[in-house]
Amino acid sequence: MTTPKIKLCAAEKHYSSPQGEDVIALAPVNLEIAKGEFVCLVGPSGCGKTTLINLMAGFEKTTAGTVTIDGRPVKGTDPDHIMIFQDYGLYPWRTVLGNVLFALEAKGLKKKEAVEKATEYIELVGLTKFTESFPHQLSGGMKQRVAIARALAVEPSVLFLDEPFGALDAFTRMYLQDELLRLWQEKRPTVVFVTHDLEEAVYLGGRVVLMAPGPGRVQKVIDIRLPWPRERTGDSLGKYRRELFEEFHLVHQQASGEAEYVI
Amino acid sequence: MKLFKRHNNVLPGFGITLGFTIFYLSVIVLIPLSALVFRTMGLTWGEFISTVTAPRVMASYKVTFGAALIAALINAVFGVLVAWVLVRYKFPGRKIVDALVDLPFALPTAVAGITLATIYSSNGWVGRYLEPLGIKIAFTPLGITLAMTFIGLPFVVRTVQPVIEEIEVELEEAAVCLGANRWQTLTRVIFPMLFPSILTGFALSFARGVGEYGSIIFIAGNMPMVSEITPLLIITKLEQFDYRGATAIACVMLLISFLMLLVVNLLQKWSRRYAD
Repeated sequence: MTTPKIKLCAAEKHYSSPQGEDVIALAPVNLEIAKGEFVCLVGPSGCGKTTLINLMAGFEKTTAGTVTIDGRPVKGTDPDHIMIFQDYGLYPWRTVLGNVLFALEAKGLKKKEAVEKATEYIELVGLTKFTESFPHQLSGGMKQRVAIARALAVEPSVLFLDEPFGALDAFTRMYLQDELLRLWQEKRPTVVFVTHDLEEAVYLGGRVVLMAPGPGRVQKVIDIRLPWPRERTGDSLGKYRRELFEEFHLVHQQASGEAEYVI
Repeated sequence: MKLFKRHNNVLPGFGITLGFTIFYLSVIVLIPLSALVFRTMGLTWGEFISTVTAPRVMASYKVTFGAALIAALINAVFGVLVAWVLVRYKFPGRKIVDALVDLPFALPTAVAGITLATIYSSNGWVGRYLEPLGIKIAFTPLGITLAMTFIGLPFVVRTVQPVIEEIEVELEEAAVCLGANRWQTLTRVIFPMLFPSILTGFALSFARGVGEYGSIIFIAGNMPMVSEITPLLIITKLEQFDYRGATAIACVMLLISFLMLLVVNLLQKWSRRYAD
């Protein structure tokens, strides 16, 4: 591996609870993510996967250890590293075009140039017909495609996705997984994808980081050496899925006594 | 949308509820207002015009609506700021400050009027320091604006506050993440979300200012042509047993208030056009 795109050195995060106790949200994590890699963070609630992605995206600061992207420590959010949320984060008073334009305007692009670029990315996610629609007129899957177009239009080198398809139905989710893979292969950003869905993690990830709760930590990193597009029901994928499920079962057993959660 | 779309509503049928709504509005609002118009009918058209356009009356419109407009604008800016601080910051005494906001609302207007007059008159606590600077508040239109600002504040704070509480943090996070600076986040994300509620607060504050009487007359000085508000003029006319004159002026006020509220409502509809 050449110099990693994202590097975590013993990065950890503590909170103090309202009672003043020190709560470990994330035990020290060491992780290296290469440029253009697709990494999935997966695990049950309380395993610190959201904390981990928030540290990388600059929404939170480490209590100890370092997080660096391109060799520079992460100090805050950066338009080169964009986060996509489960709730889309679209602006209801802006049209699809207006939403995609938002970041381009913030960047200070000229109007004409910005509109051209936005239009290009709206076409890329297949929503050209809905350019002038408002978010509430779109389905959940379409909204998330707008959010993806909005993020990609800034041409970020890293894309963070925090359970982006969590609120969607199974069919839309599968469709968007394929869409995301297509866009990733076309633009090749580094992708960090948080999910609680093991199937989704195995299907998408070049590497799957399995995390465990109590305290939040990395349990195991599994390399999925399969090319994309992958066959959902294929035997080769099945092998990795089994491996992940077995490992997860261990996590589950350890955690069942300590934490309360629902899979 | 179809007019008679069938819904399974909790309340009984559309016919009954609409009937009740119209009946209720009639008893509470429309009949008294039409009585007002009816009373004015006693005047000929020429008398009506000369009554409502008399110089002293015209001056009072200017003072009343002008001061109410300025007061509502002031409240629309600082009321939002107060609401923002109350929602977004936790500080000792926040609950007390929060309760203080409602005080102008709950205080009998006469009490508010006397208090303001005492403080801002030329020998009052604040007035005595402003007087040497050439700023006279009591007994000037400035005093009227101040009183209207005072009584209108809760309307803006209380309409905007719940909206600020409901703002999804993700929308702000997304903006920051997409590279918007603080100013851009404020003007392009926060402001559009608050705008409809600011408009409502503005309209309520304005309406209250126009209709206010008790807290203003003490501080206004009530000099004809300078600091006389229209409601006071109506009372003056009533005291002179000029009932028709009083109702004529009242009709004009009613009309102007209605038109202004209509404009604000249309503006509000326009500001929410994306949700249709």
